[in-house]
Amino acid sequence: MAGGIKKFVVGCFDDEKVLFPAVKQVRRAGYKIHDVYTPFPVHGLDHALGLRETSLHTAGFIYGITGTTTALSCIGWIFTKDWPLNIGGKPHFALPAWIPITFELTVLFAAVGMVLTFCYLCQLSPFIKKHHFHPRATDDLFVMAIECSDKTNDEEVQAFLKNAGAVEINVQEAETGWWLGRYDREQKLYREYEKGY
Amino acid sequence: MSLLKYESQLREPLVDGNKDYHQVTEDILRPIEAKPTRLWYIGFYISVALLMFGVYSVYREITYGIGQWNLNKTIGWGWDITNFVWWVGIGHAGTLISAILLLFRQGWRTGVNRAAEAMTIFAVMCAGQFPIFHMGRVWMAFFVLPYPNTRGPLWVNFNSPLLWDVFAISTYFTVSLLFWYSGLLPDFATVRDRAKTKLRKLLYGIAAFGWTGSTKHWQRHESLSLVLAGLSTPLVLSVHTIVSFDFATSVMPGWHTTIFPPYFVAGAIFSGFAMVQTLMIILRKVFGLQEYITIGHIEAMNKVIVLTGSIVGIAYITELFIAWYGQNPYEWYVFKENRANLFSPYGWSYWLMMFCNVVSPQMFWFRKLRRNIAFTFFMSIIVNIGMWYERFVIIVTSTYRDYLPSSWSTYYSPTTWEIGFYLGTFGLFFTCFFLFAKYFPVIAVAEIKSILKTSGENYKVKMTDLEKKDSEKFYIEEVEHAH
Repeated sequence: MAGGIKKFVVGCFDDEKVLFPAVKQVRRAGYKIHDVYTPFPVHGLDHALGLRETSLHTAGFIYGITGTTTALSCIGWIFTKDWPLNIGGKPHFALPAWIPITFELTVLFAAVGMVLTFCYLCQLSPFIKKHHFHPRATDDLFVMAIECSDKTNDEEVQAFLKNAGAVEINVQEAETGWWLGRYDREQKLYREYEKGY
Repeated sequence: MSLLKYESQLREPLVDGNKDYHQVTEDILRPIEAKPTRLWYIGFYISVALLMFGVYSVYREITYGIGQWNLNKTIGWGWDITNFVWWVGIGHAGTLISAILLLFRQGWRTGVNRAAEAMTIFAVMCAGQFPIFHMGRVWMAFFVLPYPNTRGPLWVNFNSPLLWDVFAISTYFTVSLLFWYSGLLPDFATVRDRAKTKLRKLLYGIAAFGWTGSTKHWQRHESLSLVLAGLSTPLVLSVHTIVSFDFATSVMPGWHTTIFPPYFVAGAIFSGFAMVQTLMIILRKVFGLQEYITIGHIEAMNKVIVLTGSIVGIAYITELFIAWYGQNPYEWYVFKENRANLFSPYGWSYWLMMFCNVVSPQMFWFRKLRRNIAFTFFMSIIVNIGMWYERFVIIVTSTYRDYLPSSWSTYYSPTTWEIGFYLGTFGLFFTCFFLFAKYFPVIAVAEIKSILKTSGENYKVKMTDLEKKDSEKFYIEEVEHAH
């Protein structure tokens, strides 16, 4: 995965209304969009790019039930097997009294697990260095990076982007590696009959 | 997917002025990129001084023991637990704004959520100090953690509400922090990409975790925020419920009440919103953010205050009625003599609480007053005084007279070090808040941008023309855009 230099044609758009048709045109023309970087979540852009839905919430559910089981099994074992405390002669297996802690651990496990998974999937961590295609991608520009293969004529792509309404176009080279994103393979190919977006 | 989502003209714009995306970045990041003002330094140093006084008060308490406080045989919980419950309560508004209002799709939350969540985190930090130092031998505080130990292993009591509290508060703190920080990542990236000095670029680069704004990352981020909001919603309700269990599961007259959980939660949101108002009114003025935290935002929060204040009022009256109706002589004595009797030693505190929490927020039924900034600021302080007295009333008036009149305690008033500890948490809170206000984006930049085209003033004006077109044409145009 690591090593190697890739070439990208980068087109910047200043309005999401221009960006959407542009994404559609670029994909229809058969170019491979590496990614689109936006300053805020643009709803529907993931569908327009043909990205599949995230299953992060499923992970969250699994972490949650892990928390529930951890809490119930630990407290259950501690209070009935390991050290059964006599609290006012009440039953050792006092399920109703364990609900609060069970609930809290469910939430805790789900939240912590999801955030860690999120950081892992997006490869986010302090002291990480990534290639940023445009500094204004976090301010007011919608930055589309098109991956070039050996056969791609980048001038043609540039002209294409200009036609599609990009306000700023350039060619950049970046080292390939996991920090460029790991979801190339998730991107579905655009087909003519795919009219869902 | 409609880009120009239609929003009714009846709704006030959430962002005033003629803004585009870049202008939003400029406006919100200005305080971070400019040098701190003199006012900031003055405020910051006062807070640090208060914090130092607090540290000294706690040092006295650790060195000489709990005897440094005026707690006595029947009043085992005094100012410390009052302050604990008060701070935890304040910590409820942030998550309510960021989580519950997210689920209810309330657009106005975007203007205030960041600062309110920060407030939540700092308030919970302050709250945590009180039970920890109330333990007396604070170096043994780790005994509350359930881990296999060499003392048996002797486990904690999982059936005790006090332990539930340990879990609830620490979970609440962790989840709020994660929620807050995951929202901050994109905004830190914005600060990083605009940085002019190397140090700034490095530090904000570390804080931004290498955020790029990739579409896939945003997709996951949205999913994460939504699920965290879904988790935080029952969490925020559970936390103060569990705090109320500390009282409600005991058999103390005045505490042994099933109404406590909902009544505590409503009170917590009530006082939390009041604190958000106090902070926001100062923040918007000092940083010139009036176009983002508009009068509309303040009015919306005042509506929450009048609602929760009225719930609290009903709870007080219900509690009083049930104390009489239940015909338990001890319970009724606490309510009749220790609280409602104005001429009993602490009767004044009950009536002060009633006035501040029940009577005064009713002023917010008037639109003019809801939209009056000076009045709102004044009221926010009154409400927080009232809510402090609520906890004081619950704790002290229930405990200062025992079943045996011979053990009725003398009048409880705090020592300097007890007050010092409380002031110290104010120092901690405001020190953190001043640092936050200077170094963090106080408004969620990315979120404001995402509502700008539906709720920005200049965009809404354009929409008026669209509204005049006949509806069928409007719809067709929208669909055309979408595809």
